[in-house]
Amino acid sequence: MTDATTTQTEQTEQTLTDQLTIYRVALYAVLITLVGFFLAPIEAGLVTSFKTTAAVTETVSYMPPGPEGFTLQKWETAFDQLLRGLINSFVFAAPATVISALLGSMTAYGLTQIDWRGQIPLLALLIAGIFIPYQAVLVPLSRIWSVYIPLTDLLWFVWAILGISDDYGRLMALSISHIAYGIPICTLLFRSYYKSMDIEMIEAARLDGASVRKIYQRVVLPLSTPMFAVVLIYQFTQIWNDLLFALILLSSSSSPAAPVTLILSGLGVAQQGTDFALRMSGALLTALPTLIIYILFGEEFAEGVAS
Amino acid sequence: MDNLFDKLRRLRADEGDEPSVRTDGGTATDSSRSGFREFLGSDFVQSMPFWLPPFLLAGFFVYGAIGWNLLISLTDSSGFGPVDYSSLDFEMYFRAFGDPAFIEATRNTFVLLVGFIGICLVFGLLLAILIDRHIRFENTFRTIYLLPMSLSFVVTAQFWLWMYNVNNGMVNAFLGLFGLGPYNFIGNPELVLPAVIFALIWQFSGYAMVVFLASLRAIPQEHYEAARVDGASTIKMYWRVIIPQLTNAVISALVVLMVFGLKAFDFLYALVGGFQPPNGSDILPTLMVRVAFQKNQWAYGSAIAILLFLLALGVIAPYLYYEYKQGTI
Repeated sequence: MTDATTTQTEQTEQTLTDQLTIYRVALYAVLITLVGFFLAPIEAGLVTSFKTTAAVTETVSYMPPGPEGFTLQKWETAFDQLLRGLINSFVFAAPATVISALLGSMTAYGLTQIDWRGQIPLLALLIAGIFIPYQAVLVPLSRIWSVYIPLTDLLWFVWAILGISDDYGRLMALSISHIAYGIPICTLLFRSYYKSMDIEMIEAARLDGASVRKIYQRVVLPLSTPMFAVVLIYQFTQIWNDLLFALILLSSSSSPAAPVTLILSGLGVAQQGTDFALRMSGALLTALPTLIIYILFGEEFAEGVAS
Repeated sequence: MDNLFDKLRRLRADEGDEPSVRTDGGTATDSSRSGFREFLGSDFVQSMPFWLPPFLLAGFFVYGAIGWNLLISLTDSSGFGPVDYSSLDFEMYFRAFGDPAFIEATRNTFVLLVGFIGICLVFGLLLAILIDRHIRFENTFRTIYLLPMSLSFVVTAQFWLWMYNVNNGMVNAFLGLFGLGPYNFIGNPELVLPAVIFALIWQFSGYAMVVFLASLRAIPQEHYEAARVDGASTIKMYWRVIIPQLTNAVISALVVLMVFGLKAFDFLYALVGGFQPPNGSDILPTLMVRVAFQKNQWAYGSAIAILLFLLALGVIAPYLYYEYKQGTI
């Protein structure tokens, strides 16, 4: 009797474990299939970028090229054509990222940690600015920078002294625009962080008679370091990846100050058809800085997008 | 925590010009100040240098520009030269409602937003539930699923142009396994919008996953256990107990996905390398930029922009009001 019951329990346990194993195997199978789904376009792009023009049409798009179809020449061409754009993108994206993050941190501090009435309406106005479609500001934006504040003309001596094209005035305008439109999101990110920050710290500093400015410099700013990582990564990715503002303010991919996304959007289009290998290597080259940042700081990136 | 106190101690040391006063834990504020000096020393005034300049900068570029855009949309401005603000009317708006291109772009915008946001939310939730099943290498899976979001639209447009290629694209190769195709996804006006939606889902479902995952993790473990004890199946448990608790996540993901969807301009521009997107995929953002910056019809472009803005506002305003009511702003 007892023996029979035991075997029965064992059997049920056995089937349960079996079921559990099958379930786990199926789960991982689905997860791995999804990895394939998310990586497939990138994989196809990567293998294609190493193919000769003949190999692009002759071989399967997701298979690596054979030894006779392999070439680095497309990468070299892409690098030659995009190098100027990569440099320009760094030149305008790096300061825009740092300044908008800093201003966002200051705004969030002024509107969160310092207690006075009327903060919420101001914050609501700022936060609404995150969600507006940028088309609604494009025409005035292009007028501001072309008619009212033409940095190409106003700062002509700067471009003359540096010996660079005055189109860099437009790149500077692009940078300032990204700062202005980046402030709302940076403020929101810092605000959620400052709200959860230990209020006792600041209270203690206040009791010690520290001024609003001193508290920011000595307490809030040093404690913001982890959030700065999140905001800088998020902002840099956003600004680097943007096309719309660059298109409106720089207008032509042949401009000496054109950012990389603007040049890439017209790369590899010829009369004979699209040079896919060149396009793929160009796309990967453009994506490289954000990809490296993403691989190194994936956690911070996820945190930035989640809030 | 120790770190915080360290910093505080250092701060006190830095401020230590009159350390003897501080033995009682703090100094009383000087009560002999005049009203004006008190105002100048108040937190409000002291905090102004922090938030006012950035606020004005952002406010000018966002609200100043939208107001200006509205004004331009009421003129008849086109071509080169200054804008003539002397006669203002709604002519451009009437023109939009009678323009077949505008009607088609509006329809496509709705199809794109509804299809993209709807599928993205469902797919993102499924991904989040899968990731939340106590799996190994969780971080790796999550990182890979979110990876496309770190790429520029300009970059993903190149990848998908190749994926959708008629002769050699991976999508047609895959469909060929089932005896389907090949289809000319980009060239066929019937297929191009679904194809673009699919590519956008690929790029942003990882985002929806991250948002849902954060809010799944915030649900107390007891809720799962209680459902288990009640003998609910896994599917029932999620449907009845867990998903209703995700309302906030759904709403905020929806709004952000809408913003991403309207940014699909970059994607469509990069697909063809020009202002005219593939036939059948013209949406309001592409139409607006083309009208304003290719045809130089500033007033008409501005009017389309305002209509697009109102469309977005119809989603954003209730959302912000909701957040405000919830006290989460």
